[in-house]
Amino acid sequence: MLDDFMIRAALAGIGTALAAAPLGCFVVWRRMAYFGDATAHAAILGVALALALEVPIIGGVVVTALTMGLTVSALSGRGFATDTLLGVLAHSALAIGLVAVSFLSGVRVDLMSYLFGDILAVSMADLAVIWSGAAIILALVALRWSALLTSTLSPDLARASGIDSRREQMILTLALALTIAIAIKVVGALLISALLLIPAATARSLARTPETMALLAALLGSAAALGGLGLSYLADTPTGPSIVCVATGFFLISLLFRTGENG
Amino acid sequence: MNGHVLIAAEGLEVRRGSHIALRDVDLSISRGEIVTIVGPNGSGKSTLLRTLIGAITPSAGRIRRAEGLRIGYVPQSLHIEPGLPMTVARFLNLPVRHSKTRMQDALHRAGLPDLEKRQMSSLSGGQFQRVLLARALLDQPDILMLDEPTQGLDQRGSADFYRQIEEVRQTLGCAVLMVSHELHVVMSASDRVICLNGHVCCSGTPQVVATAPEYRALFGYGTKGALALYRHTHDHGHDHDHPAPDHHEEESAL
Repeated sequence: MLDDFMIRAALAGIGTALAAAPLGCFVVWRRMAYFGDATAHAAILGVALALALEVPIIGGVVVTALTMGLTVSALSGRGFATDTLLGVLAHSALAIGLVAVSFLSGVRVDLMSYLFGDILAVSMADLAVIWSGAAIILALVALRWSALLTSTLSPDLARASGIDSRREQMILTLALALTIAIAIKVVGALLISALLLIPAATARSLARTPETMALLAALLGSAAALGGLGLSYLADTPTGPSIVCVATGFFLISLLFRTGENG
Repeated sequence: MNGHVLIAAEGLEVRRGSHIALRDVDLSISRGEIVTIVGPNGSGKSTLLRTLIGAITPSAGRIRRAEGLRIGYVPQSLHIEPGLPMTVARFLNLPVRHSKTRMQDALHRAGLPDLEKRQMSSLSGGQFQRVLLARALLDQPDILMLDEPTQGLDQRGSADFYRQIEEVRQTLGCAVLMVSHELHVVMSASDRVICLNGHVCCSGTPQVVATAPEYRALFGYGTKGALALYRHTHDHGHDHDHPAPDHHEEESAL
């Protein structure tokens, strides 16, 4: 059954959506949208490095995304204008990555697949990486959920309860780097942020607690992945962007359900 | 460490960049005491409290805590990101889950009805502060630390709030350390007052501090309204050059 490329693509999309959902919620709650962008764009640099050093792509992506995440965390703690800083880092990482890939003349690199994803070409091995990555991410987030949520709410309240919010921030950065590594094949570096943000933002209008928001985001993300695949199949549109388009459609519909109490 | 001392700071110094926010701060809080820290804006009151809970690392000196000390911290204000849906019940259960009965008990102690199903964003300022208090009480704290807990409340609201704190202290027996600029209210409720301005200017019973020259230098003329009201209600130490203002002026002086 898994021989069928559409089924593999569907499973890849759902696995990625499940992992991205809780992290997307934290990205919304902690106002880290740009942070997601910066780490995702750094992934292109990771691809270039991995190809140059002839190591697995996923390794290169995890390492550069994590390095970027830790750099940004460290710098933002020192009172740099975070917004500007993240913008500079996000776009320069992308540009440097693209330039670096162009130097790799010996290898034929299909850059588009890393920028926009290539979910229809997901292999069994990719699927294994995606689902084991998703399992690690979800376990990590579930294990630290309470502490993560408390530090997100207020580092001071967390500290008074004996939680080290800097450590929780590191855990979140690590989980985010892993998510980017598994999502790059599905939606590509440019649209990873969309997969993190849009389902979470959609779930916000419908949820009353953080937990329901994360669960709804997972459902909506999975539905968007399947819907996007279907759209791409029927209308012959690029799959990654189609997934994001469907997610955006859900978001627009959710605005109709927005109530005063939730908003 | 003395068996009755809950938390103590010795020779505390906190630097924020090149600025020294606190220096040579010694203080200790014993079981069941109500201690209030007063001081002008920028005197390091909040910094001291945040250093005591461990949110700020001191550049010198040290903090000693009684073993297993449980701190109930009520921050000056708490901004909840609009993107984060949060019911009162969920907030009270962070990071530790509590039973429904304990949750309702804490809400009642903080002077609130059963509003655990409400969204935090839908609460009034007074309700919000009381929910913060209820959350701090749920951990059965040995010491309650409150940072300007009545900020944003009107005078009656803050008087009610302080009454609630005194009641909580009586029923739970926890120590209370609070930061306030509402001198006339805190003065009467505190066992001990610490006057802070980057360092401890003076400390002692409310009466001792109110008459200390260091305290007068800080508050005697600058915020005469508050001090005047204190002296007015306690009917001593009239300063005829600075007559007690009426209530309207006093509010603006606070």
